[in-house]
Amino acid sequence: MRTDDLIKALDADASSKAMPLQAAWWMAAGAAAVIAAVVFLLTIGPRPDFMAAAHTMRFLSKFVFTIVLAVSAFALIRALSTPGASTGRAMAGMLAAPLLVAVAVVLELFMVPEALWGTRMVGSNMMICMGFIPLIGLGPLAIFLWMLRYGAPTRPVLAGAVAGLLAGGLAATFYAAHCFDDSPLFVATWYTIAIAALALLGALGGRFFVRW
Amino acid sequence: MSGKDEAELSRLMRAAIAGDERAYADFLHRIAALVRGFARRKIVQGGVDPEDVVQETLLAIHVKRHTWRQDAPVLPWIYAIARFKLIDAFRRRGRRIEIDVDDIAETFAEPEIETVSERDINRALDGLSPAQRSVVSAVSVEGRSIGETAAKFGISETAVRVSLHRGLAAIAKRFGQGRFGRE
Repeated sequence: MRTDDLIKALDADASSKAMPLQAAWWMAAGAAAVIAAVVFLLTIGPRPDFMAAAHTMRFLSKFVFTIVLAVSAFALIRALSTPGASTGRAMAGMLAAPLLVAVAVVLELFMVPEALWGTRMVGSNMMICMGFIPLIGLGPLAIFLWMLRYGAPTRPVLAGAVAGLLAGGLAATFYAAHCFDDSPLFVATWYTIAIAALALLGALGGRFFVRW
Repeated sequence: MSGKDEAELSRLMRAAIAGDERAYADFLHRIAALVRGFARRKIVQGGVDPEDVVQETLLAIHVKRHTWRQDAPVLPWIYAIARFKLIDAFRRRGRRIEIDVDDIAETFAEPEIETVSERDINRALDGLSPAQRSVVSAVSVEGRSIGETAAKFGISETAVRVSLHRGLAAIAKRFGQGRFGRE
């Protein structure tokens, strides 16, 4: 088939319509949040003293970390799924969540006596944390990987890893409402491991599933 | 790659998205020339036929045109897709380099105009269902309109459009997965 012939076929198909990628990303984010919420409420649910806890800095700080991670990953993944879009600023934005956690960890180390560092870090929920963040994030990750197929990422493995970070940030936001371990030492350790597992899974998905 | 190119191509693409088929054909012809130049500059060693890269890029641009933001410049978008498809072609060729000695010799003798050789797209076309293949061939190689194709096969215009759309999407998908033909 000559290129001119191919152009005839493409031109004849010009009227076929697909939803613009950027709009589709917002719908996908909404669907992913609903799925994560349903899984969360059907399994562990919020902790009973949620309202009281909401007045403490440590409890609230968890949501700042996870929401900042989700928002920055959402900005980056939208750029990564669009060919030719500049990613520099969104890439730099990914540093925000780790920096906030690092600052909180330093503050915590000043405020908490050294003897308690170990117990704060180990907490009481680490297995639940490492199990449920990936579990809640699995549905959203599937949606985001499917969205990467709908888009056109020129770096599919990186985009897949960011899909995992986005799913992780979303899942951790729900999980944080359940978890009694509010210390930044706990968050910096176990949330990071759980979210990294989703990022690894996302990178594998990007490698083998996101082809275009 | 001047600012004039950019303004003109963005205008054509916006018109095409708004439903102007002439603008879309014009856009695709210009893109084909740009990508052909790009592929020929980048492929210095042979082994990859630039025209295959042109066709894969055009198909990718077509099936992924919803990823272009209308407020963003169109040339970086086009070249990012072309580069991705070029790298893909090199990677694929690297995997079967040992059987391609004859191909390389042919590529050196390639004339400046578009070559009519056995193309990857023909092998991908062979992998379609018979209905999709005959519709895609009628509209492309035979140059028939949607209406003429519908009359030829005794099916509705809607059925022709659906077969054409699905056939093109299937070819693009095969290219993405590095599969050409029945496997």
